[in-house]
Amino acid sequence: MHQVERVYREEFGRVVASLVRRFGDIDVAEDAAGEALLVALERWPELYPETGAPPNPGAWLTTTAANKAVDRLRRESHRDAKHQAALVIENPEKHQPTGVVEDDRLRLIFTCCHPARAPEARVALTLRLLGGLTVAEIAQAFLVPETTMAQRITRAKKKIAGAKIPYRVPEPADLPERLDAVLAVLYLVFNEGYLATSGDAAIRRDLTAEAIRLVRIVRHLLPERPDVAGLLALMLLIESRASTRVAGGELVPLHEQDRGGWDRSLIAEGHALVRECLARNQPDRYQLLAAINAVHTDALSAADTDWAQIAALYAQLAAIDPSPLVALNRAVAVAELDGAEVALAQVDRLPLAGYHAWHVTRAELLRRLGRSAESREAYDAALALIDNPAETAYLTRRRAQLA
Amino acid sequence: MTQYMLSVHHDPADDARMAAMSPEEMQEVFQAVDAFNAAVQEAGAWVFGGGLQAIDMSTTVDNTGTDAVVTDGPFAESKEYLGGFWIIEAADLDAALDWAKRGSQACRGPVEVRPFQEEPAE
Repeated sequence: MHQVERVYREEFGRVVASLVRRFGDIDVAEDAAGEALLVALERWPELYPETGAPPNPGAWLTTTAANKAVDRLRRESHRDAKHQAALVIENPEKHQPTGVVEDDRLRLIFTCCHPARAPEARVALTLRLLGGLTVAEIAQAFLVPETTMAQRITRAKKKIAGAKIPYRVPEPADLPERLDAVLAVLYLVFNEGYLATSGDAAIRRDLTAEAIRLVRIVRHLLPERPDVAGLLALMLLIESRASTRVAGGELVPLHEQDRGGWDRSLIAEGHALVRECLARNQPDRYQLLAAINAVHTDALSAADTDWAQIAALYAQLAAIDPSPLVALNRAVAVAELDGAEVALAQVDRLPLAGYHAWHVTRAELLRRLGRSAESREAYDAALALIDNPAETAYLTRRRAQLA
Repeated sequence: MTQYMLSVHHDPADDARMAAMSPEEMQEVFQAVDAFNAAVQEAGAWVFGGGLQAIDMSTTVDNTGTDAVVTDGPFAESKEYLGGFWIIEAADLDAALDWAKRGSQACRGPVEVRPFQEEPAE
């Protein structure tokens, strides 16, 4: 990516958030931010030949974008006096300076992830307005036609204005519930990158990186929230293994990964966050999943994994999230502790026949028990449910290795 | 301020549930709705509200052609129908959703929140 575009994307959320506060209009903010990019692309190379960008690119872009927005509103005020009047009424803070106020981005995240919109619209709007991704990029990430994504985003923005979805951080009483919605959106973005549900790429590191970047922002703005720390730790620890998760076009399972290739600095950061969470002792789903990942990244080899600890953490998770998916993961740890037979009995009870990981887990347990024919059937059932080429390649090879 | 309609929709299952209620339970629902109405009025958010007669009381008028056609029954042939509604004034959607949560609890049914197109003329 071009240097100016990279800086621009990093600063986009700040610029838009600040302009929305000042002008009270998302379209005006977004368009002005887009115009500021064009100015930056033209002028930065000559103004800043050494670094390619000004020392405070966020402030530069915000000021430039604000000027563009003022120009546009002046032009429109002749044509559309009513629009202008509405703008003044709805936005009492309009005359505040357009500074880079961190809270603006937090307001914008809560607006984008408001529960009054469908989850896919929240994801799209967050990536557009906070992440600065283009509509085309978001459409590509979720494998829908660009026109579909454009409509989705336009509808989502219209509802902000039409239904008056507020631009503010929720009241403390509502914060936990509303923050849950924000974190769920960011986790969804991350998971789509972690294992793309379809398309050619097995892993979409652009999406995982974007999710991490956005969670870092939330973490910076709400440093006291253990759930935010937990989600960031979870993402960092999963991301630390990213470069070892695919080899030769095949997905590599955790126990076969080259642990020397794991990113030690991400692991160190993730472990520090997990320790912070443990000290707070208010475990939730993200923190427990992070702790489980920390046990894995702590083990020097797969054989060194502390499965008792992992099973205990999954049991704790099952107590707050009694879903069959948690039970399935717990059974994998049980297999290491109590044997494949005990684990298989647990897995067989779970109502997950429509979920590929259930079939994969059964296939692996049946393999260990020497029940090749049943294992083969389970691999077939899993393969019928997936569309990720690297995962397909891996499972096809595992199936072929059966006795 | 924006005006929002909080509407309560009924389907046959709701009707059956209502029909099965004891008079005491019915009384509880009425009291809860009265208390909610009073709270909306006290907060200055009240514009209008009320429960509608049963759907078979409705008459549809279509005067889009040459003659006005009057038909017995509702416009839409659907199992769900509007049972009642409130119109409230709220600063934003979050405030309207808060009222809807309380209204839904009071009338024991889901509440749809929908903004009006424009603010009323002063």
